[in-house]
Amino acid sequence: MNIFKKIRKASILFFFSLTVAFGYANSFSDTAGNVQGNPIDTNEEIRDYISHHLQDSHDFTLFTNGKTGKHVGFPLPVIIFDEGFKFFMSSKFHHGTAVAESGGSYYKIYHGKIYKTNAQGDLTLDAHEHPTNKRPLDLSITKSVLGMLLVGLIMILLFSSLAKGYKKNAVPTGLSGILEPLVLYVRDEIAAPNIGPKYRKYMGFLLTVFFFIWISNLLGLTPLGFNITGQIAVTVCLALFTFIIVQFSGNKEYWKHIFWMPGVPVPMKIILMPIEILGMLTKPFSLLIRLFANITAGHFVVMSLIALTITMKAAFGPIAATGTSLILSLFITVIELLVAFLQAFIFTMLSALFIGMAVEEHH
Amino acid sequence: MYNLIGAGLIVIGGGIGLGQIGGKAMEAIARQPEAAGKIQTAMIIIGALLEGLAFGALILGK
Repeated sequence: MNIFKKIRKASILFFFSLTVAFGYANSFSDTAGNVQGNPIDTNEEIRDYISHHLQDSHDFTLFTNGKTGKHVGFPLPVIIFDEGFKFFMSSKFHHGTAVAESGGSYYKIYHGKIYKTNAQGDLTLDAHEHPTNKRPLDLSITKSVLGMLLVGLIMILLFSSLAKGYKKNAVPTGLSGILEPLVLYVRDEIAAPNIGPKYRKYMGFLLTVFFFIWISNLLGLTPLGFNITGQIAVTVCLALFTFIIVQFSGNKEYWKHIFWMPGVPVPMKIILMPIEILGMLTKPFSLLIRLFANITAGHFVVMSLIALTITMKAAFGPIAATGTSLILSLFITVIELLVAFLQAFIFTMLSALFIGMAVEEHH
Repeated sequence: MYNLIGAGLIVIGGGIGLGQIGGKAMEAIARQPEAAGKIQTAMIIIGALLEGLAFGALILGK
């Protein structure tokens, strides 16, 4: 009991100190490191800087010293399936510049993806500059996977403490005082009115999705550089869960409305069937696109405003440039805090709405 | 070039739509302040659906 408490406190403290420390390091290195590089092509540099952030990566680079080209961060484990599982650390790639050898095969990273190469690391590019080399099945713990594990850990710590609190006292104290109203909000404002009397069965999914998206979005706003819900693979999976749950909880009426719409003439029923099937598929599609695009756009805007330091430095001097970008990015970050919550709310709300449509009783 | 014009058109359309939703919701809340909560929820849902359309078009255009 006591040990649990200590671990919890220590991990929360560790996380926050990590965030603050890296945040400072990050902002300093960006203003000091990148800016003082040669004025080669700033636009190109900024584009690289932003697209590097938006993509998933095999190592956790906190910042790069532009002058010396030194990367500060730590490598992550690479797990690939290519004639058997292979494990090695991503430091073997030397940030994409070196060829990694494992079990007699050679691998190279090109634009964030692992390709199988020969010992020299030669890639054959086709007309569209895509490598034609074989790609092994990549199951690595990438930056986003690490972020998701972190979100899972945070959620376990938060909710186990909330659950434990009720054994001692019916009134939540401390951090649980924030969590209880949120749980009740999801139940009373999202699940119950949209799903109807059978809402209890879906509360587990809705709460998990709500808190997962919210905490992931908030983690994306810390200077650690996570972009979890901005990865389309993550949002595809989340929307797939909603899709499967909706299909499996659909009652007879739901399927009847899709395949043989009651109350319309027969030719109309035939015309409506493909439209309804299409509608069934576009619902999760719009869910995943909305979350992905919102978070990507948000990160893009924040990064562009931070990059103003680089573009404005020549004209206005470093202090004015940093000040302007600081004020602008501060305001946009506050809006992003709202968006982080709103997207979690919308995803949960629409999931509940779609489930409600499937389980609705018609009279 | 053309996809930038397309992006502009999408934003114009989305802006008109969101303006309509927001404006009408404001009127409704002013008329019946006690229903503000319900109106806000409905407004956010419609806004999200519209946003889904606009973002879908933006991503397809890219």
